[in-house]
Amino acid sequence: MNEFFILMKQELVLTAIIFLLLFIKIGKGMKNESLLSLMQFLLLLNFGAGFFFNQSGWLFGDMYQTTPLIVFQKNILSFGVYLISLLCADWLKKTEHMPEFFMLMLSAMLGMFLLISSGNLLMFFLSLELATIPVAAMANFDLHKKRSSEGAMKMILSSAFSSGILLFGISLVYGITGTLNFALIPIQLDGSTLQILAFVFLMAAFAFKLSIVPFHLWTADVYEGSPIATTSFLSVVSKGAIAFVLMTTLYKVFAPMQDVWYTMLVILAIITMVIGNLFAIRQQNIKRFLAFSSIAQVGFILVGISGGSAVGITAVVYFVLIYVFSNLAAFGVASIIAEQTGKENIDDYKGLYKTNPFLCWILALALFSLAGIPPTAGFFGKLFLLTAGATKASFTFITIAALNMIVSLYYYLRVIRAAFMDKNENPISTIKLGSSVKLGLIICAAGILLLGLLSWVYDYIHSLSL
Amino acid sequence: MNLLLLIGLPLLTAIAVLLSRNQQQVKWIALLGSVAQLALVFVLFFIFRNERSGGNTTQMLFEQNYPLFKSLNINFHFGVDGISVAMILLTAFVVIAGVLVSWNIEKMTKEFYFLLLLLGMGAYGFFISLDLFILFFFLEISVIPKYLLIGIWGSGRKEYSANKLALMLMGGSALILVGILGLYFAAGRSFDIMELSKATISVSYQQVLFPLLFVGFGVFTALFPLHTWVPDGHSSAPTAGSMFLAGISMKLGGYGCLRVATYLLPEGAKEYANIIIILSAIAILYGAFATMMQKDLKYINAYSSVSHVGFSLLGIGMLTQTAITGALMQMVSHGLMTALFFAVIGMIYDRTHTRMVDEMGGLMKKLPFISTIFFIVGLCSLGLPGLSGFVAEMTIFMGSWENADTFHRVATIAAAMSIVVTAVYILRAIGNTVMGPIKNESYLSLKDAAWNERLAAIILVVGILAIGIAPSWLNDLLRPAAEEIMNRIAGK
Repeated sequence: MNEFFILMKQELVLTAIIFLLLFIKIGKGMKNESLLSLMQFLLLLNFGAGFFFNQSGWLFGDMYQTTPLIVFQKNILSFGVYLISLLCADWLKKTEHMPEFFMLMLSAMLGMFLLISSGNLLMFFLSLELATIPVAAMANFDLHKKRSSEGAMKMILSSAFSSGILLFGISLVYGITGTLNFALIPIQLDGSTLQILAFVFLMAAFAFKLSIVPFHLWTADVYEGSPIATTSFLSVVSKGAIAFVLMTTLYKVFAPMQDVWYTMLVILAIITMVIGNLFAIRQQNIKRFLAFSSIAQVGFILVGISGGSAVGITAVVYFVLIYVFSNLAAFGVASIIAEQTGKENIDDYKGLYKTNPFLCWILALALFSLAGIPPTAGFFGKLFLLTAGATKASFTFITIAALNMIVSLYYYLRVIRAAFMDKNENPISTIKLGSSVKLGLIICAAGILLLGLLSWVYDYIHSLSL
Repeated sequence: MNLLLLIGLPLLTAIAVLLSRNQQQVKWIALLGSVAQLALVFVLFFIFRNERSGGNTTQMLFEQNYPLFKSLNINFHFGVDGISVAMILLTAFVVIAGVLVSWNIEKMTKEFYFLLLLLGMGAYGFFISLDLFILFFFLEISVIPKYLLIGIWGSGRKEYSANKLALMLMGGSALILVGILGLYFAAGRSFDIMELSKATISVSYQQVLFPLLFVGFGVFTALFPLHTWVPDGHSSAPTAGSMFLAGISMKLGGYGCLRVATYLLPEGAKEYANIIIILSAIAILYGAFATMMQKDLKYINAYSSVSHVGFSLLGIGMLTQTAITGALMQMVSHGLMTALFFAVIGMIYDRTHTRMVDEMGGLMKKLPFISTIFFIVGLCSLGLPGLSGFVAEMTIFMGSWENADTFHRVATIAAAMSIVVTAVYILRAIGNTVMGPIKNESYLSLKDAAWNERLAAIILVVGILAIGIAPSWLNDLLRPAAEEIMNRIAGK
């Protein structure tokens, strides 16, 4: 019993918060401001809980597993959600149904936690559904906007579709191996055609969730329609969780089929980077822009995953950690501006530096980090992904990835240029930042600037992933 | 001596600038910081000379090694040899001159100086790094300052130029990145230059990696035909930006071509030496002829930079000890000269509000100091004995001549011919701007250089004269280091 509490501590804390929210909702309710402060406090507590009593272990007949690495991955996600609650404070305060929003977001996160911990395809499927369906409801949270409902509709349809594909893949795996247990499946695999078919279906489902090209078509519309709190949750927390699971699945469950998935990853990574980058160039809306840029980033993550083994795991976890800071900072700035002025186009950012230098510097830091330019942490993250990818020594692949960094720099510079250099008669007026938003932005900036130089973080992740 | 001071001091200065309250404070802190840097660099120079004359022949002095990313074997490994010390000296000179020249920047002064100092820090870090990863980090760190300096404080088509520069340099970086990853895996997971220089890397592997690294660094130092960012970038940048770009940043590329590509991959260098020679000879001649057609002073200097930097690449391609020493001298000399050139152009532009040669004339009458400096720098550019340009180019030609075959001789002669063309455009530019009658009446009220401009110009002129009149100190600094590189190429 004691073991149950210790091993599942993060899930239990989350469940407790969700129940608390439920009671608040049923009872008298609270003012949005005070509820938000309470939530921020609880989320911080949840993040802190991850650092104590770390043990490895299995529960429920190998359905659920945890290791220090998994706990660390969950911590990254918890921290991401905490940052979202800080950065999107302005929007959250105004929503009519804040308790519901948090309930949905935390349920989705609970799903992701179970997903990362799952040791069985059944558990895997259930938790994936738990991680997806609440997000579709979150996408619909701008209740008065048609686009928001449209986005939610697209999201729910495409995830239902991908769940169907996933289930079919799982059934094939079960048919081949006679088991759903992660530890037992690889013993039965030898790379026959049927197994490859089953793997392709599973991979397609992953590709849907990670918006890997050619399964990315829902991404831009959903990102654009949803409120920015949801968009940032989708693009950072949800992407990160699925990337972690993808690694476990490939490295452990499909280890005997490494040749197959390596080739597949290389091809997917290349087209994802190229398409994501090329589409990002032409976007006007900042959310769509960040949607395509995050597609391109997923392409880079795939480069790291293709490296395999401890190097790949370390590089990907480290990159996601940095990505949380950089992408949330970019979304945070976009969210503040959208909330205060309703403007979401890159052209509206022209002349922003005159009126909001602080926001501009944060935005520049975030975008340079996404582009992988030092001294930001993104430089280290990208470089280590490429290093991991290069362990298999295919130079063409790494060269293509490196050249993609140029294209991505081009479009990130577009935004920076609009904010810093372009002249504008009536730029966005000076925005007053609330204290929690400011705190969130400063945390992000500190993370972007310091994380790369704090090399022990990388070495720590490496020691966990061995 | 602790080399970390070279990174720490500029960084502290930059942070102090960021925290200061008003424009005056910003300027004085920046100036104080760069004076301190210069002093520090002189201390380094003299200690280094003492060590060497005391018989310390270790390849790298003042080495420091701290583990950074242990699991990837990435270390903060620093150390200097003669080449690094010469480049660091150059950097300190250009930094202080750049700070002085920008004294009258009104627009966002704080940010301007912050970025300028950051750019300088990147250069110091680059020259002392002995770990390829850290070296690459410091190379890339300059992208943001360069982009913003040109884009915000520049003139003309500044956004276009800033974009072009950032993207082309990023392209070079991408090639370098692939190259150093190749080296990393070839040598059993090490980024360390000293370890890599002892590792045996197969010839076929070297022939793949060398072009990646050489072209990658070549983009930074205007390797033909990847020089196209140079004219646009230099002409759009603010004065101090151009000085830093041409004076320091282009030298990063040359240093990388030598220290990383040629030194670590000698077999590759031998394989491709002829192509380098052809490309740099083209760059020298093409740059010189293109300069003849320019009317804008900044474009004149930008294209002539392409030509002059071509000399240092030519020297590297010749693969003789003298030629490589000459190439390094040319880097230092060109850095000082071009920084001074851009400073003078900036001073003239601030007064006449034009950079067109045709519209000026007779400036000597009203601006004697600036015109004299302009004269000196022009003569240095065309290689007048007694100034640094002559020493460097002469050394390169002497080194090139050591290769006795027809191909090398033809290339040397072709390159030497460009000096004639240089004389034409330099004398024409000087004649049209400084000499003759005053064409515009408004010029009659112009005021000569202020104290800061005088100081900046004098500092750089002192550097040029020090190399031109007594080149032996620079030669002593560079030759042993060039010998190390030659030993590696000769397979000793």
